[in-house]
Amino acid sequence: MNIKKITFPTKIFLFLLFSLVSSISIAEGTYQEPVDFVKESFSPSTPPKSSVLWITNKLKPSIYKIMRHKLNALRIRYWKKDGQTVWVLNEIGKEHPITVGLVIKNKKIQRIKVLIFRESRGAEVRHPFFINQFKQVTITPDNKLEKHIDSISGATLSVTALKKLARLALYFDKVINE
Amino acid sequence: MKTSKQVLPIVLACIMALPSAYAATETSVKELHQLLKEQQKQLKNLESQIDATASQVESSAKSSSKDSKTTVGGYGELHYNNLNGKGGASDTDKIDFHRFVLFFGHEFSKTVRFWSELEVEHSIAGEGQTGEIELEQAYIEVDINKEHKSRIGMFLIPVGIINETHEPTTFYGVERNPVEKNIVPATWWVGGVSVLGELAPGWSYDIAIHEGLNTTLADSYKPRSGRQKTGNASAKDLAYTGRIKWTGVAGLEVAATYHHQNDITQSTDSTAGAANLIELHSIYSQGPFTIKALYAQWELDGTGPKSIGADEQNGWYIEPSFRINEKFGVFARYNKYDNKAGDSNASEKQQTEVGVNWWIDPGVVIKADIQRQDNDGGSNQNGINLGMGYMF
Repeated sequence: MNIKKITFPTKIFLFLLFSLVSSISIAEGTYQEPVDFVKESFSPSTPPKSSVLWITNKLKPSIYKIMRHKLNALRIRYWKKDGQTVWVLNEIGKEHPITVGLVIKNKKIQRIKVLIFRESRGAEVRHPFFINQFKQVTITPDNKLEKHIDSISGATLSVTALKKLARLALYFDKVINE
Repeated sequence: MKTSKQVLPIVLACIMALPSAYAATETSVKELHQLLKEQQKQLKNLESQIDATASQVESSAKSSSKDSKTTVGGYGELHYNNLNGKGGASDTDKIDFHRFVLFFGHEFSKTVRFWSELEVEHSIAGEGQTGEIELEQAYIEVDINKEHKSRIGMFLIPVGIINETHEPTTFYGVERNPVEKNIVPATWWVGGVSVLGELAPGWSYDIAIHEGLNTTLADSYKPRSGRQKTGNASAKDLAYTGRIKWTGVAGLEVAATYHHQNDITQSTDSTAGAANLIELHSIYSQGPFTIKALYAQWELDGTGPKSIGADEQNGWYIEPSFRINEKFGVFARYNKYDNKAGDSNASEKQQTEVGVNWWIDPGVVIKADIQRQDNDGGSNQNGINLGMGYMF
């Protein structure tokens, strides 16, 4: 390419690119710190001390059915007060973990929020038009979501990750309330 | 039976022993209390030790697997085609490991990452062989901020439905649809720079400047023949692509792409000139039903393309499908396209497919379809296609 031949659209593109790059900032993809999510979920009262659910051999088969892989943890931390449980869980969409906060009450999802999104595609899953589908959803006896969740084209793997985490939180809630 | 005289000394002895017994009990309670305290302390220590051990084990497990900065993935597909040729078309009866692809990614930091896709087509590559080894993606992605990022390197053009997402488990039909293959032309990758991101919830955009196509009269100015694949690609006439996509309602995608290049022959053919592509598509899923529709049209300037009717090249398809359950889905697809739509000569091609996908695992699919062509000129290939695909 002859530098003298740089066309007008190229100049516009380069101008836009450099303008964006010059405004570069750290893009963590953190929409809310997990600790703040927990506090907010119990607000205005004080959040309880965290409890621990150990991933015993009894739980492992059901977890595998939900996640389709072993859980890379020995125990899961959760917060419980006034019949409400709060969970902060991670699952990989395509390459990197998506951190999701979930609030369960009366065996139903009261609140779900993408806290940290690290994937390069599929961040649309954090928007209300998608994530609100999970509200008031519960699970069937075989730990499947009792409601169909419509996917987002081009974000299938992130959608799958969120569906798995919703099932997992509901299952954990069921276990600790048994 | 003992008399009261005999019992009295025993009672007196017991009464006299009571204070010392009481003192002994008091000592025991204190000792027990102390013991309990120590045990509680030990339990707490033990709990902390277990917690620390669990943290260490989890941390080691993570660092050795999912937290690794380098990731590997891939997909592949084996095809069996049994097609009868009519009206001059040849029979096809073959088994082909059509694609074997490996993905390699690396995260340099939280904001800078690498992604690549290396492909072996048709199993064997080399001189005189039918296959090829192709590097289809190799780019550095830099996050500019939370909503915008840039890619520099070799990437897939943001156009159509299958150009960017074409793993066999994600689409119906053994072979990819002929409209995107021959008109778009998928899979279409280029070297260049792009900026992409979100403008508002549900609204995303891509803009890119990159190498253009380099097609010729000998190839009837077909876009597919002009893909330079970033192998010593001519950069005399760069190209520009922009896409806007809306996914503001769950289950719905509507997207439009505009592409322009100053000369589709890289200034090697004075009778050819600028070229513009417009592509529109929509995907709508509601429960088990999905419908996909796509339209694409090229317009080529110049007397050269016009003389053979290649100044207009267009096509469209529609694909309804029904997911019976997690394992099975059925589909039908009607495709119509023409690489010489600019004249009145009969050159239109039509193809209908009906088939089934059987996901034996979410990452593995078995496919079968029936293909029927109705091309202008009557040169058709009709028959069945079977396939296996995987993705991890």
